[in-house]
Amino acid sequence: MRRIQVEVNGVTYEHEVEPRLLLVHYLRETLNLTGTMVGCNTSNCGACTVLLDDESVKSCTMLAVQADGQSITTIQGLAENGDWHPMQTAFHENHGLQCGYCTPGMILASVSLLNENPDPNEEEIREALEGNYCRCTGYENIIKSVQQAAGQTS
Amino acid sequence: MGGGLARKEDPNLVTGKANWTDNIKLPGMLHMSLLRSPFAHAKITNLDVSAALDQPGVVAAYTGADLADEWPGGVPCAATVTEDQKTPFQGPIVQDEVNYMGDVVAAVVATDRYTAQDALEAIEVDYEPLDVVMEMEAALEDGATLVHEDMEDNLCFDWKAEAGDVEGAFEQADVVIKERYIQQRLIPNAIEPRATVATQDPGHGGYVVYSATQVPHLAKIVLSLSTGIPENQIRVVAPDVGGGFGSKLNVYREEIMALVIAKKLGTPVKWVEDRSENYQATIQGRGQLQDMEVAATNEGRILAVRATLLDDMGAYLQLLTPVISVSGAAMFAGVYTFDAFSCQIKGVFTNKTPTDAYRGAGRPEAAYAIERIVDSLARRLDMDPIEVRRKNFYEPFDEPTATPAGLEYDSMNMQAAVDRALELSDYEGLREEQQRRRENNDPVQLGIGFSTYTEICGLGPSQALAGLGIGGAGWEAANVRMLLTGKVEVATGTSPHGQGHETSWSQIAADALGVTPDDVEVLHGDTAVSPMGRDTYGSRSLAVGGIAVHLACEKVVDKAKKIAAHMLEASEDDIEFEGGKFSVAGSPDQSVAIQDVSATAFLGANIPEGMEPGLNENMVFDPPNFTFPFGAHVCVTETDTETGKVRIRDYFAVDDCGPVINPVIVDGQLHGGLAQGIAQALYEEAIYDEDGTLVTGSMVDYMIPGAPELPNYTLDRTVTPSPSNPLGVKGVGEAGTIGAPPAVINSIIDGLSPLGVTHIDMPALPMRVWEAIQQARGESAGEWTSGGGIQAESADATQGGDE
Repeated sequence: MRRIQVEVNGVTYEHEVEPRLLLVHYLRETLNLTGTMVGCNTSNCGACTVLLDDESVKSCTMLAVQADGQSITTIQGLAENGDWHPMQTAFHENHGLQCGYCTPGMILASVSLLNENPDPNEEEIREALEGNYCRCTGYENIIKSVQQAAGQTS
Repeated sequence: MGGGLARKEDPNLVTGKANWTDNIKLPGMLHMSLLRSPFAHAKITNLDVSAALDQPGVVAAYTGADLADEWPGGVPCAATVTEDQKTPFQGPIVQDEVNYMGDVVAAVVATDRYTAQDALEAIEVDYEPLDVVMEMEAALEDGATLVHEDMEDNLCFDWKAEAGDVEGAFEQADVVIKERYIQQRLIPNAIEPRATVATQDPGHGGYVVYSATQVPHLAKIVLSLSTGIPENQIRVVAPDVGGGFGSKLNVYREEIMALVIAKKLGTPVKWVEDRSENYQATIQGRGQLQDMEVAATNEGRILAVRATLLDDMGAYLQLLTPVISVSGAAMFAGVYTFDAFSCQIKGVFTNKTPTDAYRGAGRPEAAYAIERIVDSLARRLDMDPIEVRRKNFYEPFDEPTATPAGLEYDSMNMQAAVDRALELSDYEGLREEQQRRRENNDPVQLGIGFSTYTEICGLGPSQALAGLGIGGAGWEAANVRMLLTGKVEVATGTSPHGQGHETSWSQIAADALGVTPDDVEVLHGDTAVSPMGRDTYGSRSLAVGGIAVHLACEKVVDKAKKIAAHMLEASEDDIEFEGGKFSVAGSPDQSVAIQDVSATAFLGANIPEGMEPGLNENMVFDPPNFTFPFGAHVCVTETDTETGKVRIRDYFAVDDCGPVINPVIVDGQLHGGLAQGIAQALYEEAIYDEDGTLVTGSMVDYMIPGAPELPNYTLDRTVTPSPSNPLGVKGVGEAGTIGAPPAVINSIIDGLSPLGVTHIDMPALPMRVWEAIQQARGESAGEWTSGGGIQAESADATQGGDE
């Protein structure tokens, strides 16, 4: 067991964890932050995407011990004082989700994209989200959502 | 209705507050993990779980023999398509023999998931591998290896339907075309894997099963049939469900195991599928060999269609496996009217994962075959593909009309849909561009492909479903109740998993009751909430379940009108209802709001004598006919003739699903369906090697299209109401997967036809397209030969498509 200290959604936690514990299971099972989901276990689908020091990572391919000393934002920490992040609003207003299972990861990957590139074109958005699968929407409304959040809605 | 209301479902989903099955934690809950066979066919010669039991944290470990008495019904199949259909027994855990890679050999239950998974390693098991049979034609040969040794052959069923003089039509035809098409196996890939939590119902006898399912009501019945636990002792809850696409229209061995083990141990048991299990052990879709024949005149008039199919069952029959192809059989006639039709289907066992419903379920197969061969007919006659289609369309109709295949289509106006699609896509302009690029020898050729499809939706009339061999019960139920405060609760038997029923049903109820959608709460996905229900699949929810909501609301209004008349001291005949208000005809100031009527009805002190208090109405709607949405799609491709790479430049889809309740949701359904249809046409295939190993065993190897691989869509609608229900709605969930594959493939072939290309199989990966070009040019394709086997080709090409 190893002792880790992690800040998640603004709260600092300390836990003894097995070195093999995946970060996504630490979030879901230890912290009960069930907004982050497992989709594929192979780092392909992106359902488990969270922000690690503001950059998107797939929490199913990272060990909890690797997050020691760092700061994580999950979908449950994205709204501030109950006000949705503009990306959350944009997904809602553009029907950027259907079943919603990929949505937390998709939203966080999109937030991460705009952190790096505040004014992406459509191709850049599509490329940036290639590691996040959605089986419901066909992506078109997801692209629109990201464009709205980037303030470039046509 | 008709407004693009943003969805009521979204707030929980965009903030991470959804209640997925894997989120459920119950006191004392244990985790189940399963040992699955790495072999496609083998005898189990030795199995010992005792070492697993010795591991710390392991509570129980079971073999098939340990639990055989707990599931006398095995994993039931609900479909019987012929009297002599063979239905092998599928024990949730096998006893002596495994029949596909992923078959379950043993189960371990432990205090947490990691411990349970570790303990699987300690199980001792020895296999004696048996020969496998992977391909359908080989499976039907004399002396073929048997999937099930106790059966005389691998034929599950041989089903045939024929109408008119098919032989005669083929003899007198000017033109006969026969082609073979392959419907590759597909992995549905709901992003939420399956998950189940079973527990004794606290405070009651009986059990609650939470499951990531499309079909809580069907599951309740099937779990009872399997285990012998009385139906009224089982409650099934579908919490938030992360996509289904047919893969969760099933009741699986793992749900049965979790229930049985929870019962045995007296403690909650959770099972969560990982993705490799999902690929091996959740149903796959399609898997059909199609020999398609058309007989026609030189003028392009179709005389007859004959479809001869082999349909891959896999190793066992799941809930609806044999009826998927049979339910699509009549759709091989497409949107064309002619005199003679036959369809023969042989269901075949192989050592592969069972197949079952995948988005479209029988209809994409049919639409693909008829739309491909109509294009071939046009090429043979040197006619425009739209011209041939127009010669064979029905005249527009709005009352049920008999088809060559024995159905009655509800309403159709293909001409309007096609006209709009041609206009939207600037068809003439596209043909001009195509001509220019051909003349310039552009290495990237433009293709224009059509599909004019219809589908059978709104499952369905109980009598018709009984005729198909699935018993009946195609109805759907709703309960609508107005509460003391005027708020509305709608309990529906449908079970959404992304379709937005909470929003659309709210719009239907709000419209009928004169309240706002926000006043309506839609309750679903729980057999205790809606005791009667038939769940969500087959584009049935709106056309059957939404109608039940509408009709239950009408009953509420009818009763409220009587109470309003009583309150206003007027005759019921003089009461008018509009905008949520009952008023006396001619005296609009004498009125009462439906909320006040609801309160009065609830309190019961001032209602007509002898009337039951409350506004609380049930409706079970059993439709008189199916619905038949239709549409015209135009796919514009650019194919690089030097590399075989295909790009979809534009996709135009004009779909007619009748009147639209929520256009935003309808367009979203189309987007997603088109994406999955394009995925079948261009990218996806479940590939097994000759030993029966699933080669595309994870998302690393199976090519799911991501955002860079898919186009935007240009959508429009025509509106032809269905006479099958009072709102005229038809359904839209599967239109895209049905319309898109033939439009895409026809487009690629159209683009390459000057090179002599007449055929390309799905998925049209670059290597496959390149090879078709090379063959057509009569050139050597280098060291690669077409005789090298589809599997190796596909495996290489899948990786190639990943670049």
